[in-house]
Amino acid sequence: MKPDEEHRRHLAEGRFMLQRSRSSGAFVHPPRVAEPGSGATDLEWIQASGYGTVYSTTIVRQKPPATDYNVALVDLAEGPRMMSRVVGIAPAEVRIGMPVHACIVIEDDAPLVVFEPP
Amino acid sequence: MQGFPRGKTAIVGAATFGVGKSPGFEAIDLAAHASLRALADARLRPSDVDALFIAQPQDTLASLSFSEYLGIQPRLTDNNRSGGSAFLLHLEHAALALDAGLCDVALIAYGSNQATASGKLVQTSRPSMHEAPYKPLRPISSYALAAARHMHRYGTTKRQLAEVAVAARRWAQLNPEAVARDELMLDAVVNARMVSDPLGTRDCCLVTDGAAAVVMTRAERAADHHSRPIYLLGAAAAVTHADIAAMPDLTVTGAASSGPRAFAQAGAKPADIDVVQVYDAFTINTILFLEDLGFCAKGEGGAFVEGGRIAPGGALPVNTSGGGLSYCHPGMFGLFTIVESVRQLRGEAGERQVNGAHLALAHGNGGVLSSQATAIFGTAETV
Repeated sequence: MKPDEEHRRHLAEGRFMLQRSRSSGAFVHPPRVAEPGSGATDLEWIQASGYGTVYSTTIVRQKPPATDYNVALVDLAEGPRMMSRVVGIAPAEVRIGMPVHACIVIEDDAPLVVFEPP
Repeated sequence: MQGFPRGKTAIVGAATFGVGKSPGFEAIDLAAHASLRALADARLRPSDVDALFIAQPQDTLASLSFSEYLGIQPRLTDNNRSGGSAFLLHLEHAALALDAGLCDVALIAYGSNQATASGKLVQTSRPSMHEAPYKPLRPISSYALAAARHMHRYGTTKRQLAEVAVAARRWAQLNPEAVARDELMLDAVVNARMVSDPLGTRDCCLVTDGAAAVVMTRAERAADHHSRPIYLLGAAAAVTHADIAAMPDLTVTGAASSGPRAFAQAGAKPADIDVVQVYDAFTINTILFLEDLGFCAKGEGGAFVEGGRIAPGGALPVNTSGGGLSYCHPGMFGLFTIVESVRQLRGEAGERQVNGAHLALAHGNGGVLSSQATAIFGTAETV
């Protein structure tokens, strides 16, 4: 199965999974066929802790009636950084350095990892 | 020297065409007009070109189509696409190929009609499947994330970002070819409608048409083609990522790698540079690149640009054309940083001329701070 497809299948089953190299122990995201740098193909799927920290944040402004929304970069506790959205608070309340936790929502008929403050 | 042929190649033709709005032309027509002007500047014709370097907005095989258009059968083509920095990579590779004797006359060309065709920035890449579901604005949200991180880490302010836009506008007011020349005050930039925080409408580059081209030869024949050849002293590039989430540190770009290598090749240091052109797709770019290229320390870029330091009359002339913010931005601005460097070093920049300019730096950016490329040019006195 394609790495991205497997990632999405896990999400659809309610699990946020990350790849990890057996030899180096380093986590890999987004999914791919080999660890960046080493090229090691010994990748296994590990459930993410869901813990993360906001690395940077922006508010995408919209013309009303559409509402502004957050786009953030989140540093996962496991190492990789990913783009996501912090939900549950106003976009302007999202702060760099804020601890957040992953949850899976359904959006546009697909599972999506977003983050909320603890 | 690190193997780079310092001063062994030179630009002998440089031109722009159709800057602003150019209805009645396809992108390739604009590139052709700019190329013909640059070739005429070098007393050459299309049939003299034996190496073609080109990146067009939507034509991924432009080296084939443009060869056919010009009626040439080049020995060497380079279709390298790294975003808006592509033309500085072309420059680097053209110098290596010319010096190795693989070609004799290299043409680097670009043209875009995005403003009249769609009125929007032409997207030359597909959105990342890992970012698209979160609906970032492309590409501004990625630059906004970098700006937000720089502000968080170093205390950079929105007013300091605005200084970049105002400086660019003041240069553009001295450039008759520039698209945006009306008065622009700091408060108007700071208070402009927000698009993707902290970047507002006035932090963003223009959307225009435009074309540019340069012609390069080996130094020994350069004087046959132009009375003031502009020599390439160093050129180096770096790639750090594609998507913004994969950028190792959003406050440090690949210019911190390409810049020092280009300076080492040229045998120069930042303090030696008389005039600087950096790809200012957004105001944060100028601050990041001035830091990473060594014009000031990391984190001090915001303070560095205050008080009109990079504006006309300031200590360091930056983006003397008006840059992507106020001169033009047809989608990939890189080649315009080269053309303006040539114009300044030839002494043909009119009202915006930097007196006694002998060393110029041009810096290109591609993707979302992903590809960085630096070139250093000099007059005959510097070779």
